[in-house]
Amino acid sequence: MFEMPSGAEIQSIISTLKSGAGYFIPELYLSALFMVLIILDLVLGGRRKTILASATIIGLLGSVFFIFQQHALPDTEIFFGMYSLDRFGIFFKYFFVLTGILAVVTTMADEHLNAQESGMGEYYSLLVAMVVGMMMMASSTDLLMMFLAMELVSLSAYVLTGYLKRELRSSEAALKYLVYGAVSSGMLIYGFSLIYGITAQTNISKISMELAQHGYDPLVMILATLLVMAGLGYKMGAVPFHFWSPDVYEGAPTPITAYLSVGSKAAGFAMLMRFFFVAVPHAVEGVEDMLGIDWITMMMFIAAASMIYGNVVAIWQKNVKRMLAYSSIAHAGYLLLGIITMDQIGTQAVLVYLTGYLLMNIGAFYVVVLIANKIGSENLDDYKGLGKKMPLAGAALTVFLIALVGLPPTFGFVGKLMIFTALLGHGGDLYMWLALVGILTSVISLYYYMYIPLNMFLRDSELNAEKDFKTGMMQNVIMTVLMLLTIYFGLFFQPIAEYAKYSASMFGAVLN
Amino acid sequence: MEMFTAIGLNHFLTISAILFSLGMYAVMTRKNAIVILMGVELIMNAANINFLTFSKYNGGMEGVMISLFVIVLAAAEAAVALAIVINIFKTFKTVDVSSVDTMKE
Repeated sequence: MFEMPSGAEIQSIISTLKSGAGYFIPELYLSALFMVLIILDLVLGGRRKTILASATIIGLLGSVFFIFQQHALPDTEIFFGMYSLDRFGIFFKYFFVLTGILAVVTTMADEHLNAQESGMGEYYSLLVAMVVGMMMMASSTDLLMMFLAMELVSLSAYVLTGYLKRELRSSEAALKYLVYGAVSSGMLIYGFSLIYGITAQTNISKISMELAQHGYDPLVMILATLLVMAGLGYKMGAVPFHFWSPDVYEGAPTPITAYLSVGSKAAGFAMLMRFFFVAVPHAVEGVEDMLGIDWITMMMFIAAASMIYGNVVAIWQKNVKRMLAYSSIAHAGYLLLGIITMDQIGTQAVLVYLTGYLLMNIGAFYVVVLIANKIGSENLDDYKGLGKKMPLAGAALTVFLIALVGLPPTFGFVGKLMIFTALLGHGGDLYMWLALVGILTSVISLYYYMYIPLNMFLRDSELNAEKDFKTGMMQNVIMTVLMLLTIYFGLFFQPIAEYAKYSASMFGAVLN
Repeated sequence: MEMFTAIGLNHFLTISAILFSLGMYAVMTRKNAIVILMGVELIMNAANINFLTFSKYNGGMEGVMISLFVIVLAAAEAAVALAIVINIFKTFKTVDVSSVDTMKE
């Protein structure tokens, strides 16, 4: 039935692979780094954790050089349409490397995690593996590659979540993350199999062509859509698929919580945007006769539900990490608002918002780690009176939380402003209502975010232990830099906004 | 009568849909972590049957290739999953997911 390829065909396949590898250098480099870190840990024998961490940071910084060189290459598809190189992908490569570096920095500050008996060897290599996986999620253009990239991220993330294996909370978080993750990746691949069945193609731009030319059965398409949405919604932590996130965020080691809340969420959004803009733009309006469900309406519901649920439930939380988990559900809702406009301004707004979210969310978790080092707890009640003992940490956390609310003069304000501008610029009643929901829920979020500074600065501590609350020099510098960057980009956001606009171009997608 | 004698596309798709539903049912109703993971395997294999069927009837090799990758990934996922479940059993002395619940709302 299938013929064996001839020698000449094999030669041409090999030469295609060779030329494709030239467009794949950052990923190859980081995969090599992954292996080097494992060997380095073996050589060091579990001692000298700072050397391993510094090697990871230097290695990740080295990849920036290779990513920078990709600007000179033309936008193209490589490896027989499995993978692509475009400005959108390059933006996310920078983004994930930066997230990885900040996660390592946060890990170095975490005394509890570093006191682990079993060492930190696999920790950093898995962290790098996750960076590679997330980069591939943002650039894959084939159903198979998308699934593989997503599983690479998931499998590394399960292990990292359960890294404190002697602790009940960490193991429990890993189990919950695993169960929900495995089910949703199963649903994703089933959805992909239906799409393959309808179109007989696996490359997303070919799927799009096939759907436009030959049409499709609306019922099957809706089913496939729902299943794919379930798989991606799990990564993004949007509402009907969010059940894992509060427990996982609370139980995982705090640096991993920070990493998951920014990195894998952004990767989910990158993949959603590529899939949604390239593969199924024709499926957006065609299926309205079927129960009125199409991609856009579905995402509108998910966005509104995420914003309302995340912000309202966060009010009752007593644990800071859990509260930030609900806040990250709400942020997934805001980010979806930028995607449903399906135009260049919306995409630009999402990229800017993600950059701001990276700085402020990792910054907030960094301060949470520093405070947990001193008081050994993440409960809101234990934060009372801390503002006087740790003034810099208090000030930094306040700035990050103001940015998360979206108040000027911080980066968070710029992101929200751009999202709402894109939404209102798109016109239409529904979009107007969504913007209204977004603004009202932002007001709700003000309450629970500001509850932390209230406890820190205006209430007195019940336990007045004469402890040393001084943080290290390096930690102060990192905290200050993150805080100043959050404010600086809130005032001078032009360069980031322009780079995001330049990056809002995807291989095979036409955005207006 | 032909429906019962000749096996066609519909038969394969029906079987895969049944497998998928059984998998979802196991995931939603069972409390034992191992049985939940078995449910996930059913879901993955339902997708595999779909890929192979469509590959046969669409006439390409992509489906066969994807299903090979899915099998490998399912094995990798099972390895990680069982490691986590063993760790849960060591710390909690049970693999019942409803009793592994120390964090409160």
